[in-house]
Amino acid sequence: MSPDIERPGNIERHDYDVVVIGAGGAGLRAAIEARAQGKRTAIISKSLFGKAHTVMAEGGCAAAMGNVNSNDSWMVHYRDTMRGGKFLNNWRMAELHAREAPDRVWELETYGALFDRTPDGRISQRNFGGHTYPRLAHVGDRTGLELIRTLQQKIVSLQQEDYRETGDYDSNIRVFHECTITDLFVSEGRVAGAFAYYRGTGDFVRFDAPAVVLATGGVGKSYQVTSNSWEYTGDGHALALRAGATLINMEFLQFHPTGMVWPPSVKGILVTESVRGDGGVLRNSEGKRFMFDYIPDVFKEQYATSEEEGDRWYADQENNRRPPELLPRDEVARAINSEVKAGRGSPHGGVFLDIASRLKPDEIQKRLPSMYHQFKELADVDITQEAMEVGPTCHYVMGGVEVDPDTAMSKVPGLFSAGECSGGMHGSNRLGGNSLSDLLVFGRRAGAGAAAYVDGLGGVRAAVAIDDVTEAQKRALLPFSSATEGGENPFVVHLELQKTMNDLVGIIRKADEMELALKALQDIAVRARTVSVAGRREFNPGWHLALDLRNMLLVSLCVAKAALERRESRGGHTRDDYPVMDSDWRHVLLVLSALGEDNVNLVRQEQLPMRPELFDLFELDELKNYYTGEELGGHRADASGSDKGDKL
Amino acid sequence: MSYDARFRVWRGDDEKGELVDYPVEVNEGEVVLDIIHRLQQTQAQDLAVRWNCKAGKCGSCSAEINGRPRLMCMTRMSTFTETETITVTPLRTFPVIRDLVTDVSFNYTKAREIPSFAPPPDLAPGDYRMAQVDVERSQEFRKCIECFLCQDICHVVRDHEENKESFAGPRYLMRIAELDMHPLDVADRQKEAQEEHGLGMCNITKCCTEVCPEHIKITDNALIPLKERVVDRKYDPLVWLGSKIFKRPGA
Repeated sequence: MSPDIERPGNIERHDYDVVVIGAGGAGLRAAIEARAQGKRTAIISKSLFGKAHTVMAEGGCAAAMGNVNSNDSWMVHYRDTMRGGKFLNNWRMAELHAREAPDRVWELETYGALFDRTPDGRISQRNFGGHTYPRLAHVGDRTGLELIRTLQQKIVSLQQEDYRETGDYDSNIRVFHECTITDLFVSEGRVAGAFAYYRGTGDFVRFDAPAVVLATGGVGKSYQVTSNSWEYTGDGHALALRAGATLINMEFLQFHPTGMVWPPSVKGILVTESVRGDGGVLRNSEGKRFMFDYIPDVFKEQYATSEEEGDRWYADQENNRRPPELLPRDEVARAINSEVKAGRGSPHGGVFLDIASRLKPDEIQKRLPSMYHQFKELADVDITQEAMEVGPTCHYVMGGVEVDPDTAMSKVPGLFSAGECSGGMHGSNRLGGNSLSDLLVFGRRAGAGAAAYVDGLGGVRAAVAIDDVTEAQKRALLPFSSATEGGENPFVVHLELQKTMNDLVGIIRKADEMELALKALQDIAVRARTVSVAGRREFNPGWHLALDLRNMLLVSLCVAKAALERRESRGGHTRDDYPVMDSDWRHVLLVLSALGEDNVNLVRQEQLPMRPELFDLFELDELKNYYTGEELGGHRADASGSDKGDKL
Repeated sequence: MSYDARFRVWRGDDEKGELVDYPVEVNEGEVVLDIIHRLQQTQAQDLAVRWNCKAGKCGSCSAEINGRPRLMCMTRMSTFTETETITVTPLRTFPVIRDLVTDVSFNYTKAREIPSFAPPPDLAPGDYRMAQVDVERSQEFRKCIECFLCQDICHVVRDHEENKESFAGPRYLMRIAELDMHPLDVADRQKEAQEEHGLGMCNITKCCTEVCPEHIKITDNALIPLKERVVDRKYDPLVWLGSKIFKRPGA
């Protein structure tokens, strides 16, 4: 290796109380909280500040404020969330989420957010799939941008406060732009710091800190057709595994039903669910609104059975049931998949999403400006005049780091996780709109948890082992040394990984295909270890991808292994060979831990039973669809309800 | 439907660099960013480019395409002829880090100099009441994806490094306008816009509006109204000049 690549000498070092990895909604909210609790906080951003994937969220932020329908409450939101996740959710997380979301949204207004308003001047709320009442605070169809900008500007305002006091904007909270963490340091069984490189210079940097919050988002870049950006390489998931933490629910991936399918270069880019919330309908090549044929039994009571009733619902939600286009995302994605497979798809292999015949052109432009813009500029389609072509796209991973619901801490002391990269909150399937609220609720909790943990240490911090730093440095430079040994192009290996996951562990899964996938992943792992990169360390995308590959691979293994293990279909996990939801699997969590560099270990773990007063929020008849007979013993409607205490 | 296009891409760093010619395959429906990615995958693995969402929402992939500031992800190849040479260069107003990636820290520095939202001190969270019609003005400016194309094109700083110190640029003058028009903001911002952030240096040529990928009417809806508010308090030679030049005979 040339001296320019190796750059011997001391590496930059920073000391912080809390290091937040990720500058999306969860990371920024965590950092705001940690700073509010008096902790010196670093925010590590893989991209520029304010570009995080949160900007892609379109529809809104779910919070039971009851501004549009006063019947809404945290309990209704809680029920919807559990139903959406097919009762596999960590119920405590779902409870905290439903209870705290309204406060988190109102707080954003004090930071300067400008949501759309109701006629009486409060925050307006819109309908969305799986939500009983209009619940999503929104700004047109660019809610994620509003969220990220608001949090970004709040951080700037905190920096301005610090500047007035200390003369240094960065004294208590600093953003490290375009900086990627490649390793976490663990000493004496707890977090000690993290290792990173700057994209721009290729220089290494080390952060010494007793608490680290992972807020790195999802894993979609392991798939070919995805709505996720290049950053979504499962960094937090992989860092957590390597640090000794566990992942849960990794078999559950959400394929958003409506991604663009044409032109090829934009395949996978999201078409917001608001199109359907605002009246858009799905049709097959025969012009039929096919979703009426796909209402599953567990949802029969809540959805319209005729087009007339469905259409009346938009104006009168009290007396009509909602149209089946607004079923939870997993149901709609599977239905589209089936229509295309049956030969009733659109010309480019999707189905038609029609808003043009449902709303007036100016109304469409006002309610869905980004969608109008996106189709006009990327596909040359005018959505006020013609139908969009849409199909499923890999959108969100329900699985993630196993954390304590209240403090967001993982199994590793000092390691916290929030947002998409933590698991449990959404169970087997996330409702639209529950992601932005998840970021805020658990971002804040992770920041508070990290601050409390640091306080509890009483100043005693684990020291980073110097050998670990040397090791991290060597590992990061490996792709350059492989260059002299003729390793493969990382882009080629990445494409193969994406194709493997897309084809063999996609929306519909089969045992033999997943076994093939696991074999293929082993082969790809060997090749990924020796990918080689040319050029220098300054802003070298080939090098960055080579390092990201390591994470994508480990996470893909988790997805494939857990998906093979779970022999039922539930939410974001559909088995062709086990097509039915099985109550005996509802209470089982598949827990993954790292086994060496690129292998993972899987164990089954029982889900904790729901607290009785939460359990009683549901009717027994509904619970019967999900629970085994013996689990229902504690319900209020059950005569033998005397064993309630066991539920705690 | 595919053909070979001629791409000319700027390669180098802050000290030296050159335009390099690449013949490269183009398929139906592709955008400029797709072609840059193809170059990375096939011919120039270390070609540096900044991008994220590839859907025109994050504002990362800003560059100059045939001399015009644009988002690479929103520039369709079908807007060029098959024989045309397509030249892609980094944003001119900011220092180059490498290839198409520039150091945009100027913008983050300016962002920190604009005083933040000042809420009414006694208003509790949850009690905010604003009419839709009143929030819409600021909402237009909050569509900004911070691609910095307006900052790049603005002639006040484009070829005038010396003005960077005293001029916040269209994006951040618009941020002041946004806060000034926020129905509940209590800070007084107009004097500072003029004296600290260089509002007076803008002579409303509307270049910023023209390049905005979000089609925000930066000049008409943010900068001119802000200038009008300021002029009540402070004499602005440009507004004065404008009022003389554009005054209709007999008006």
